[in-house]
Amino acid sequence: MEAKNATRLDSKNGQNSQPAKIRELRVEGITKRFPGIVACDSVDLSVGENEILALVGENGAGKTTLMNILMGLYQPDEGRILINGQPVQFKSPHDAFAAGIGMVHQHFMLVPNMTVAENVALGLRESHKPFKLDLATVKKRIEEVSERYNLPVQPDAYIWQLSVGEQQRVELIKTLCFGARFLILDEPTSALTPQETDELIALLRRMAADMSIIFISHKLAEVTALSDKVAILRHGKVVFRGSTKEQTAASLAALMTGHEVVLPHNECLVNCGKDLLVVQDLRVRSDRGFLALDGLSLTVKSGEILGLAGVSGNGQKELAEALSGLRKIEHGKIMLNDIDITNKSPRQIIEAGLGYIPEDRNTEGVVPSFSIKENLILKDFASPRFSHGVFIDSKAEEKNAVELQKRFDIRCSSLNTPTGSLSGGNIQKVILARELARSPKVLVAVYPTRGLDMGAEEFIHNRLLELKSNGVGIFLISEELDELTNLCDRIAVIFKGKILDTLSADEATRSKLGLLMAGINPDSVSTEADTPTHSPRRSAHES
Amino acid sequence: MKAKDRILYVVFVSLVAVVAAVGIGAIVLAILGANILQTYVVIFTEPLRDLFGITEVLVRAIPLIFVALGIAISFRAGILNIGAEGQIQMGIVAAAALTIALPDVPKVVLVPLGLLAGAAGGAAWASIAGYLRAKLGVNELLSTVMLNYIAAQLYGYLLRGPMIDPAELQTGSGTPQSVRLPKNAWIDRIIPGMRLHWGLALALVLAVLVYILMWHTTWGFKMRASGASAKATRYAGISVESCLLSAMILSGAFAGLAGAVEVMAVHRRAIEGISSGYGFTGVVVALFGGLHPAGIIPASVFFGIMLVGTDMTQRILSIPANMVSVLQGAVILSIIAAKMVINDPYTQEKFARKLKSFGKSRGGSSGTPHSGAPEAPRGGHKGGAGVTDVTEVGQ
Amino acid sequence: MSVVTIILNILSIGIPFSVSLLLASLGEMFNQRAGVFNLGCEGIMSMGAFAGFMSAYFLQKTALGPYANWIGLLLAAGIGVALGLLYALVTVTFGAPQGIAGIGLQMLGTGVAGVLFRHFVGGVAGVPGLANLPIPGLVKIPYIGSVLFNMNPLAYAAFIFVPVSWYILYKTPWGLKVRAVGAAPRSADTMAINVRRTRYQALAVGGLLAGVAGAYLSLGQAKMFADDIVAGRGFIAVALVYFGRWDPWWILGGSLLFSIAQSLQLSIQVLGISFPYEFAVMLPYVLVILVLSFTRGSSTRGPAELGVPYDREKRI
Repeated sequence: MEAKNATRLDSKNGQNSQPAKIRELRVEGITKRFPGIVACDSVDLSVGENEILALVGENGAGKTTLMNILMGLYQPDEGRILINGQPVQFKSPHDAFAAGIGMVHQHFMLVPNMTVAENVALGLRESHKPFKLDLATVKKRIEEVSERYNLPVQPDAYIWQLSVGEQQRVELIKTLCFGARFLILDEPTSALTPQETDELIALLRRMAADMSIIFISHKLAEVTALSDKVAILRHGKVVFRGSTKEQTAASLAALMTGHEVVLPHNECLVNCGKDLLVVQDLRVRSDRGFLALDGLSLTVKSGEILGLAGVSGNGQKELAEALSGLRKIEHGKIMLNDIDITNKSPRQIIEAGLGYIPEDRNTEGVVPSFSIKENLILKDFASPRFSHGVFIDSKAEEKNAVELQKRFDIRCSSLNTPTGSLSGGNIQKVILARELARSPKVLVAVYPTRGLDMGAEEFIHNRLLELKSNGVGIFLISEELDELTNLCDRIAVIFKGKILDTLSADEATRSKLGLLMAGINPDSVSTEADTPTHSPRRSAHES
Repeated sequence: MKAKDRILYVVFVSLVAVVAAVGIGAIVLAILGANILQTYVVIFTEPLRDLFGITEVLVRAIPLIFVALGIAISFRAGILNIGAEGQIQMGIVAAAALTIALPDVPKVVLVPLGLLAGAAGGAAWASIAGYLRAKLGVNELLSTVMLNYIAAQLYGYLLRGPMIDPAELQTGSGTPQSVRLPKNAWIDRIIPGMRLHWGLALALVLAVLVYILMWHTTWGFKMRASGASAKATRYAGISVESCLLSAMILSGAFAGLAGAVEVMAVHRRAIEGISSGYGFTGVVVALFGGLHPAGIIPASVFFGIMLVGTDMTQRILSIPANMVSVLQGAVILSIIAAKMVINDPYTQEKFARKLKSFGKSRGGSSGTPHSGAPEAPRGGHKGGAGVTDVTEVGQ
Repeated sequence: MSVVTIILNILSIGIPFSVSLLLASLGEMFNQRAGVFNLGCEGIMSMGAFAGFMSAYFLQKTALGPYANWIGLLLAAGIGVALGLLYALVTVTFGAPQGIAGIGLQMLGTGVAGVLFRHFVGGVAGVPGLANLPIPGLVKIPYIGSVLFNMNPLAYAAFIFVPVSWYILYKTPWGLKVRAVGAAPRSADTMAINVRRTRYQALAVGGLLAGVAGAYLSLGQAKMFADDIVAGRGFIAVALVYFGRWDPWWILGGSLLFSIAQSLQLSIQVLGISFPYEFAVMLPYVLVILVLSFTRGSSTRGPAELGVPYDREKRI
């Protein structure tokens, strides 16, 4: 069933007829249930002509679900969607396209092994001739859109060759090629540098002259900068709706969580102690064979929180894997508490005192089908604490779990439930509990608060600060600049596999970090982005 | 979802699965022009009519128990051993060769030696596939299947060549079979006149040991973790590769043991066709038994009945014995489909709502999150963490 | 015997031998490109072989006699599609693990073929099968003419299908969808491509080709049916796609390689070399393992989501 008043994406005459302008998009009483939870609960929203609406809320609040309903990916259990006052039904993304709605997802919906043109061709029905794929038509369309909105792109480039920012541009162009007259963007700036973010905001403002936009974000500074209206979701319900001009980032945060939120701040900026983690001139290859780390060096001292900022894809993943022994180090050295752990097995590195909070808690941090009890001893089950010879001491296992549950406030119905059924915050607590109970010398935390709500974030930050005061060295890899500036004593910036510079807490301003993340070292004459070989003026060893 | 509703749901889905499997068999029987009901009745009741039938069922169940235990271990560790057929054959060869070469060793020593040889033979054969997977990442489904074909040829070659009974060569009949095993290598029959033997005791003891191994030892913990989530296990410092390799080797040992037991207790000489599909039936038994010793034992008996029953249908009703393969294939497809449906929270939810709309006042509207997707052997858990990524219990 | 004669001998047996494997592998290529691997290919081939044989055997004396072979091929294709769809039901709709599902399908297919054969025919029986169709002119080319251009029509069709399948995969909209669905199903979903439907279609095509591949064995090659006629070709096909890098031309090369290995046992006997024939029979299977062992790293070039059931509702 196609959208009633909008013109069709008519595959019969092979033309993408222009959908009518969307003057108003309204949702009324939208409810969507998943097993066990109500993702959207009677949501009412409206966006007018050339308006920008920001949709805000914590993880799990229902924002993405709501947008997926607008995109025709999910069917609402109750409620309706109205375009220009007429009710419409989207049975599939096809209908949404026909109505002129386009979405740029947070995780790009591109096929990496295909070219830009092929990706666009997938959704461009008019290029699907009976026995031939008409790429010429596709390329023409891309060119038109690209010129109109000043978004340069190479149609024959493979997606995997493009940078994150370029890929996002492709996503945008894709939706515009499908005839989008209404844009939805899901966390559009999560993978961009501050400068790229500003560019995108400017671009979206320009596009608002042509169409209305909804964007989802949890970055309240952007919300206040870009949107006209803001709506806040909490647990699937709309708890606030209003004009952005009347709000501040702080007031929005309070509305989002329902209470005053103050994230813990690192007050004590004293680096006491020895170098606990020393990384020297690391060279490591990525899966595709390129050098992901190209001479990377850094140091973490005892009682220090060293942050790593950078656009994702500059080697963070490979660095974390090299540290934990999961990726081969071709050249260079890593010393942990004076023990050489270069290319040692993960077991040996764990024994040497490395704690690790992995990026993907569900697949790397816990075994989802194992009980909480079992996951809490995942690294120690063979130690004398939990085993007698070959047999597992289930009493010790139980006692350990009970104790850790109390200390870390893990909310669960029973310690025997499969860990995978817990909420994200609780899973992270299980991981944290397990790592901290082993008294590590150095803790590597990779995007530890990603996808968590503020309460969980607060808990984890407090714990990290506690560890710092106990002399543990913490290496925090994060994409949230606020988190880094809040917590870290020093912040290193990674770019193309090297540490471009390391700033101390007071020097680390948003703009400086932004420039470094883009490869521009403001202190040196030439930029990293320009010259092929560049040695940072200040080595990462100095603070 | 309330416990009562859940049980009803599982029973319902299982029933549908059984009907589907029976249905597929029925279609084939219909094409044969056979009496469907009568056939099924013969398959499932005829073997249990007399003592001989019952002992025959157990005779078939014994190697199934061994093989399925091994396969359960390997599946749970994340490596799919489909090569039991070839491993059984290598076990037979090893056990036969050893015992034939040492006819004068006292029985008390020779029998265990023969069994060990069989286990070693199966383990060695399996280790090829295990090594290929652990060190070279070769898909074990393909390598074990290929190794089955290779083993079959090797077995045939040995029985026609180096291991052939000299008597065959003299008489010129050339049946591929070995010399009779020395009496000291025979495993005794329990009931005179029947073929049921003491291998049954060994099988049951091993079942208990496997349970303890997998759920109460550090080794079992590693194996299960490795099968449930290789990534997380690696991050925890456990070598997944060595888990896969050792699971495969142990699995092969069990299959080799099955072969040794068969040749030492039942046939008492190495002939063609001893393995006769136990390797594949073992896979079905393991799945049917939920990859757990407690389920494998009754499942083995059940499939033992099916094996004897389809033999009987061949004699009594002229329905070819390969019917058992048809039923096994149908059972596999039904079980794995049913398992997905049982674990799917969405269909569970729909089912619960349909129950409600029958007008009976059961509790539980949209249901609280089902706390516990059952431990899936290959980490295929669905709808768990992703769906309940909402703050729980007022965080 | 000169070297040339020996080589020609090997090729003239090996090349027609490869048709069945080629067809099955091309079918499996579509499956795997769409993200699903089907070990049940072996079972579908058994059923296809039986279906082809059955038609020829029972229709040869009737009025439909002259068409018996083609009816058999059609029947085999139809059964192949049906089994492919059954497999799709279990693995795509229910999302069950594909390895075990494949083994189940293989048991089912081989079992049914065996049961029906034993019941309806029961012994050794031959059929005239497909006749060779020498291409006039080309067949007279010295040396290779008699090898390449004196095969049956189905064989020619199979080789022509290689460039055809290349075109389908890379130059048609359907091929684009298949590739997208195997590499990034979620992305395809958001672009209004029905992931499930595309996978069903791919599995149907794969099943069709596997069925015809089986029928070729009974009608075009052996001209009879036996329980073990497929002899593992279905499994080899699955492996072949993997180290044929999911590309029709590499798959052609791979199937020629394996078929020549498989036919070596015949060639050896023809050439009078004494060699325990069991080891010759083993050869293709050993070759598969060897090749599998030495082609790592190509997994990064394969369909990224191969083997993973697609679940739209799963939160990323």
